[in-house]
Amino acid sequence: MISVRTLSKRHGERQVLQAVSADVTKGETVAIVGPSGGGKSTLLRCLNYLEKFDEGHVDIAGARLEPGMRGSEPALRALRSRVGMVFQQFNLFPHLSALQNIMLAPVQVKRVTAADAERDGLALLERVGLGDRGGAYPHELSGGQQQRVAIARALAMKPEVILFDEPTSALDPEMRDEVMAVIKALREGGMTMLVVTHEMQFAHDIATRVWVIDKGTIAEDGTPAQVIDDPKTAVSREFFARLRR
Amino acid sequence: MRPCWHTALVRVWFLVVLALAASCGGGEDAPGQTYAGIKQRGEITWGADRAGGEPFVFEDPADPSKLTGFEVDIMDAVARRLGVKQRMVQFTWSQLVPSLERGDFDIVMNGLEATAARRDRILLSEPYFIYAETLAIRKGDPYLSIFDLVGRRVGSLNETYAWDIIKMLPLDGAPYEGNEEPYIDLELGRVDGVLLDNIIADRYGCTRAPVKCLPYDVARGSYAIGIRKDDRELKAVIDQVLAAMKKDGELETILRKWKLWDHRQTEEVGLSVAPAPREFDADMVTQFLEAAVLTLELSLFAFVIAVPLGLLLAIMRVYGGTGASAGARIYIELFRGTPVLLQLFVLYYGLGELLHLGPIQAGVIGLGLNYAAYEAEVYRGALLAIPRGQSEASRALGMSPWQTLRFIMVPQAFRLALPPMTNDFVSLLKDSSLVSTVAAIELTKRMQMAALEMRSYLIPGIACAVLYIILSFPLSELARRLERRLSRDQRPHAL
Repeated sequence: MISVRTLSKRHGERQVLQAVSADVTKGETVAIVGPSGGGKSTLLRCLNYLEKFDEGHVDIAGARLEPGMRGSEPALRALRSRVGMVFQQFNLFPHLSALQNIMLAPVQVKRVTAADAERDGLALLERVGLGDRGGAYPHELSGGQQQRVAIARALAMKPEVILFDEPTSALDPEMRDEVMAVIKALREGGMTMLVVTHEMQFAHDIATRVWVIDKGTIAEDGTPAQVIDDPKTAVSREFFARLRR
Repeated sequence: MRPCWHTALVRVWFLVVLALAASCGGGEDAPGQTYAGIKQRGEITWGADRAGGEPFVFEDPADPSKLTGFEVDIMDAVARRLGVKQRMVQFTWSQLVPSLERGDFDIVMNGLEATAARRDRILLSEPYFIYAETLAIRKGDPYLSIFDLVGRRVGSLNETYAWDIIKMLPLDGAPYEGNEEPYIDLELGRVDGVLLDNIIADRYGCTRAPVKCLPYDVARGSYAIGIRKDDRELKAVIDQVLAAMKKDGELETILRKWKLWDHRQTEEVGLSVAPAPREFDADMVTQFLEAAVLTLELSLFAFVIAVPLGLLLAIMRVYGGTGASAGARIYIELFRGTPVLLQLFVLYYGLGELLHLGPIQAGVIGLGLNYAAYEAEVYRGALLAIPRGQSEASRALGMSPWQTLRFIMVPQAFRLALPPMTNDFVSLLKDSSLVSTVAAIELTKRMQMAALEMRSYLIPGIACAVLYIILSFPLSELARRLERRLSRDQRPHAL
């Protein structure tokens, strides 16, 4: 489903990603953890080319991403409609209602009829527990509700993969649970997902694999039991120890 | 208590204002005592407008720091005969009589026509020049007299005797502010005739190849020196001096020097009859309403040009490549950095032969192009104020750059831009008065014309202000509602 090969990215002098290579197969849920500034979000954002990179390539959902792409060519747009993304700050469109947020891309990008998009959108809202809030505008919703609408918006494109960039970091603890529950339900439905997160319990619960990313490389890659409960590398041990303190 | 700094500042400001006010007042002589004051000061001050051009009073081309013209020569002679010096005081021509009454100078000497209406208001000396109203038409047109032009558009300078004649006849009058402009429009076919003093016609109109001046005088009139109502002694002295100058031939010498001497100067001429002062009657109300409608039309159509063009320029500046961005920047600096009045002149007169725009078309396009530059910066600011996550979310959904602009960026920018846009529209409503310089009678122009016709600024001024507010208030109210509806999430927070 995803294959990353020797992916490198520089920010001026600083090497943000250093020849990262990894594979994700269909149905896997990968939790991406690690210290701040290690390159977790950058790696995730390279996977749908929101972030450009300097070397290597990514094969994802049947498309190849390479350095030097402009960032808005039709092939890339087609790819993005197959790879969903959920942001830390939700990034809902404030001038559109929850339902309109969900319907916009299917109607404009996939040319679904408005009636079909509305039917699907309402079903998705139901699925994330907001069946009655379709007419609400983002500012009328709580953070947890907004993030659930954002997940429904990504799902409306019927993606093959969803990328979550710290989906619960901007939320109060009581709202994290409702968002994590939605993600957990997706996992049970077999969705392929990559989740950048600081929630170790959550990572432990949902992930089939955990990547510890530090200094632009994947320092450790294994099941939650291997990586979280019994870390092999010094970086991982230090990182998890600091979290427990 | 110690006086704080802003109290001190207010005091300084007050002193400056007082000093300015004191330095502005010219004649401080008691009523009726101007002649005594002139003798005492050894100087006679006269109001004129050098923008009136050759041959009246104008800057000497050989030495622009000096004034020259036949009226300067006459004033030199008058002052010499009075045994004093003369000094010209610059005022806009239309403000000369009110300024005389206020005491800004001793007399007016600047092509002031001796009309009955003026004689009711101020004293007029014996005439120093007899002029004829000359009708200019395009060569080849079949008109033989002013009466053949009934129902057609005839240009003249506003506030002149010729303008009074146009108003007394069933003609469609086009009021201008400059000597050259009515003849340019005659050549371009925007007016079918121009009625003006023979001094102006001979110099600015009849010399143009496509223009023909009819040989018959439509009317005759005279120029006289304007004197404050109380200064009978001064009038008597000036009349004596002028009579002496006529007798010993000095006036003829001066007029001959300026090629102004003709057979008319030795013929009798009476007072020109101008229409009686008008009332603020139903006709005038209709004229004000028509002018208000024109003002609204000008502003709305100009805004309809300014908004999409401004948006396009903003998008070019923010998202365009180097070329597009630089092009938009040049446009904005050019149109924002030069006066809209200049742009209107260039559009209407400068490019007149290429574009053949009517005054209202030129006004709409000129204002629209100018305001587009301002709108562009408003939208640019609004586009840049939208959080980066918005365009990222849109791209991540597979939307194209165009779709991102159309559905995400522009609607949100519009919400942010609404308050400054409303501001600009109200400002445009008032700037539309500049279109009067290309002979369109909009609200401010109507007010000025009515004030002259009624000999008072009070009622026309109030009517004009009320109409502007009636025009702008519903629009700002509409914008306020729209803003409330669009920007539900942008309510002010407590500080």
